[in-house]
Amino acid sequence: MTETMQKLLFGNLTLDAIPYHNPIIMGAGSFMALVAFIVIATITIKGQWIYIWKEWLTSVDHKKIGIMYIILAFVMLLRGFTDAVMMRLQQMMAYGHHLGYLPPDHYQEIFTAHGVIMIFFMAMPFMFGLINVALPLQLGCRDVAYPYLNSLSLWLTIVGAALVNISLVIGDFSGAGWLAYPPFSELAYSPTVGVDYYIWAVQISGVGSLLSGINFLVTILKMRCPGMTLMKMPIFPWTIMCAMILVILAFPVLTVTLALLSFDRFFGTHFFTAHFGGNAMMYINLIWIWGHPEVYILILPAFGIFSEVVATFSKKRLFGYATMVGATFAITILSFVVWLHHFFTMGAGANVNAFFGIMTMIIAIPTGVKIFNWLFTMHEGRITFSNSMLWTIGFIMTFTIGGMTGVLMSVPAADFQVHNSLFLVAHFHNVIIGGVVFGYLAGLVYWFPKMFGFKLNEKLGAASFVCWIVGFYVAFMPLYALGLMGATRRLYHYNNVAWHPYFVVAAVGVSIIALGIVFQVLQLIVSYKNRLKYRDNTGDPWDGRTLEWAIASPAPFYNFAFIPEVDSRDAYWEMKQRGLHPEKRAYEDIHMPKNTGVGFLIALFGGLFCFGMVWHIYWMIGLGLFGIIATAIARTFNHDIDYYVPAAEVERIETEFLKRKNA
Amino acid sequence: MIKFRHVLYFSCIALLLTGCSVENMGVLDPKGTIAADQRLLLFTAIGLMLFVVIPVILMNFYFAWKYRASNTKAKYSPDFAHSTLLEIIWWGVPIIIIAILGTITWITSHRYDPYRPLDNVGAKKPLVIQVIAMNWKWLFIYPQQNIASVNFVQMPVNTPVRFFITADAPMNSFQIPQLAGQIYAMPGMQTELNVMATENGDYPGISANYSGVGFAGMTFTARVSSQADFDAWVKKTQQSQQKLSKAVYAQLAKPSENNPVAFYAPVSNNLFNNVIMSYMMPMPSNTSSANANMSNMDMPGMKMPQKVNP
Amino acid sequence: MSSHDHHHNTDAIDVFGFWIYIMSDCVLFSALFATYAVLYTNTFGAPGIKELTSLPYVFVETMALLASSFTYGMAILAMYKSNRPRVIFWLGVTFLFGLTFVTMEINEFVHMYLEGHSWHVSAALSAFYTLVGTHGLHVSMGLLWMLISMVQLMMYGITPTMRKRLTYLGLFWAFLDIVWIFVFTVVYLMGVL
Repeated sequence: MTETMQKLLFGNLTLDAIPYHNPIIMGAGSFMALVAFIVIATITIKGQWIYIWKEWLTSVDHKKIGIMYIILAFVMLLRGFTDAVMMRLQQMMAYGHHLGYLPPDHYQEIFTAHGVIMIFFMAMPFMFGLINVALPLQLGCRDVAYPYLNSLSLWLTIVGAALVNISLVIGDFSGAGWLAYPPFSELAYSPTVGVDYYIWAVQISGVGSLLSGINFLVTILKMRCPGMTLMKMPIFPWTIMCAMILVILAFPVLTVTLALLSFDRFFGTHFFTAHFGGNAMMYINLIWIWGHPEVYILILPAFGIFSEVVATFSKKRLFGYATMVGATFAITILSFVVWLHHFFTMGAGANVNAFFGIMTMIIAIPTGVKIFNWLFTMHEGRITFSNSMLWTIGFIMTFTIGGMTGVLMSVPAADFQVHNSLFLVAHFHNVIIGGVVFGYLAGLVYWFPKMFGFKLNEKLGAASFVCWIVGFYVAFMPLYALGLMGATRRLYHYNNVAWHPYFVVAAVGVSIIALGIVFQVLQLIVSYKNRLKYRDNTGDPWDGRTLEWAIASPAPFYNFAFIPEVDSRDAYWEMKQRGLHPEKRAYEDIHMPKNTGVGFLIALFGGLFCFGMVWHIYWMIGLGLFGIIATAIARTFNHDIDYYVPAAEVERIETEFLKRKNA
Repeated sequence: MIKFRHVLYFSCIALLLTGCSVENMGVLDPKGTIAADQRLLLFTAIGLMLFVVIPVILMNFYFAWKYRASNTKAKYSPDFAHSTLLEIIWWGVPIIIIAILGTITWITSHRYDPYRPLDNVGAKKPLVIQVIAMNWKWLFIYPQQNIASVNFVQMPVNTPVRFFITADAPMNSFQIPQLAGQIYAMPGMQTELNVMATENGDYPGISANYSGVGFAGMTFTARVSSQADFDAWVKKTQQSQQKLSKAVYAQLAKPSENNPVAFYAPVSNNLFNNVIMSYMMPMPSNTSSANANMSNMDMPGMKMPQKVNP
Repeated sequence: MSSHDHHHNTDAIDVFGFWIYIMSDCVLFSALFATYAVLYTNTFGAPGIKELTSLPYVFVETMALLASSFTYGMAILAMYKSNRPRVIFWLGVTFLFGLTFVTMEINEFVHMYLEGHSWHVSAALSAFYTLVGTHGLHVSMGLLWMLISMVQLMMYGITPTMRKRLTYLGLFWAFLDIVWIFVFTVVYLMGVL
């Protein structure tokens, strides 16, 4: 009787799900609990809950949503990076007769968590954060097309990240790699809840990403300020537009793929099982039809950031704007016809392999063109080595090398040797760290003043950059060598002692990167302490070229007192060149959306639903589903969703800004 | 500039280490025709791409240095943002390189298609070996010789070998880096790999696709020997009298880690095909009397894969 | 105040966004169709879709859904004429047709399941239930939406917001019809041929 009761209340969840015996996990869990406790206690003591709820948790302001995305990304970066350090330590220690400190079942969770966190909960939120902060400002509009959906997207992503972290202490996480290839990820081979956590964490944040994709695409296509034709947009919105087209076309495929895998595990269907006619190759095709565009979803916005940065800090117009747009589109289209290069080794046959190989290397052409355009933007410019520019220069070198090894692997006959090896691992870190991470970090220092009103300390930033780039090369060049020497990925232990020195060097490399992250944290602290000194009164700290620099830092919540009208590409730069000052006009009321907790609530119910699905807790599944639907419906009965900012209030804020600017 | 120099130093160290170590350097130290060609292909592709990569990296640093803000003597053209000639060059050069590389890709994808029987092997008939990836070991069946082995495969030098590969486990990837590239081993599927070794020796074989906690220990030795030695080994194994019956197979198929080398003869009829078919169609369940002893026959002087106890 | 101040509420923008959502849903169904196409022959020795479905039954189901699209069109016409009772009437009729469709589908599923042809049996049946069921789930969500719209019409009348929402629902409903034509062709018709 009690057993039935327990089953009813808790599903498959029992106290055994908490890994008491594992000191590493319990330590990490306690640390996270401690941090959460300190944060919650501080807020409570300072009596800030109402402020947090009203101004942040329910906010539909794209800048605040962006900041919350970036905070999430930064926290998850620390978590994902810890996983990376643990892997490097294990591989440094576990060779020959030495077994290291991690058992294989723990090691597999760590490499899976590392990949999942870094892609879904570090890179994606970081990207959406930067888009949120900068895109509406660059387009000269007051908000995104659907502010409330924007808040929902954020909270869905946060709930996904929370599920990953909960899995650390309640149950376990998937050990099936970041893409959970079946049949290994099926119940037959992965009977614990790990894969379910993976499925639902990715699924719920994936829905958030899809909604964001629709939101930003509509924003770009429909909400640009008057005069900003598509060909007068800055490059960053162009790259976002292409990335969001990819999101809209690719993420539904991810949703389907993960849903089918969850049906296999939850309902006992046979889509990808080994027996009963299931076809695991179908999963691998589907997941890469999403997965390949995904890497371009991440890199295209980074390209956009570099384009903005390189033009600003070279004090020059971006070279070959039209070519850049064309190249971005070429990459967007091509990224859908290359997915098979992730599994040349599945035996598809020479014609198919050759086709996908050649398509893949063709992508190198527009990408190469972009690199030359950036180089010639620097050519005959006046380059200031601000932090963003350092990341850009580091990117051009690193990404070029990563691109080279990528093209190398697009030759199927060569890929047979290095596929799944550490060479592959080195390659994608080379492009993801050198491209995506450097790009987003460049974007972060670049737009930081616009978010918070003060600049970051440049010296600590430069130190961080040096550590990151040196650490990157020290950590990953050995992996290239190891891959060529026949070291495959995901080994918790190896017998070949000749590999050991390389792993030691790689471990040194990761500690140099760790130093870089320490410098970044220091940079944040030092800059915050000196925020008055670093304060940006002008709103235009870098002598910028695009509209976001025309307004105050931090940007006022309504963005623009007057919607700007533009007639050229580098709109703000042109205004400054022509010495144009905004004509003196009477301020007007501004129409704004009201904050709403609906997004937060729906995501919360979504989290309940997912947790219920993981543990087969049926009442929780029902409650979650009901909550989602009921909250969404309730919202449609609410017509009190917007308000007007009085002209006097706008005038007060703008006058204060102008006073500071002209002081 | 520090970073770049650092990379150079490191590459030198890497190359030196590669040169010093004698065994097990993967594709860098090929012992088979396919691996040797793959190494050449890797180097050719890198060489081709360096035509773009080196100028880009040099320009990157040169431009950054020359046009630094403090160098007021350098030319400054804030509106220089278009040049048809320049753009034609940097569309053109990559297009030419990719055209060359694309042609190479088309040719090599067909020439080194793992399913394709090898060229230039004369009248020699290929040796057929069936491979089953299991949790977590490799089973090799020699249908012509009617023998089988676990985590050990032997083949004669300069003789084409044709592997037929499947899995009775999650997906794995079969690879002997010094002989050839990899191909997936999937349940219910058969893949193929053609190789020919050119030098005697013991080469490591691996699974290159993660398949669970025993994955790291899922290694095997690929021994290349003279035809005479191979024949002697076959003969000896045939006399082992440890039959690989369905029951013994069922026992072997259970998950186990770091399996020692084992040999079997004779092999149950059609075992390989039955394993594949068991995933395609409903099968009558195996007899439950599977309690046969695991074979554990050591060859004198055999280099055992290192035993690891997690 | 310039027209750009009203960005948040501009109906054209919202409808455009809904179109994009429908496109993404279209991709979702394509992935399911692709899966079905790959798996429908993998019956693992059990009876396939061909043996288990009845074309005349599904034909009636199809007619119900097509009729519901027609009646939805009538509702939209009534909306243009701002005739609230008629809009609600036609929405009600549409709802009944939709409900007929969903009920018939559930009935088909229950029968198949009880006769032992469940999704556990083979990949082919898994794909069948999932593809057809996903469409059915969409229709059910549409029905719920329709109910709420009727309530809101009674509460608020034909407001601009309600017009916009009915336009959304119309797009959604028409889209589900089109998807069903494909389901009918690919799953039922081609299964029999």
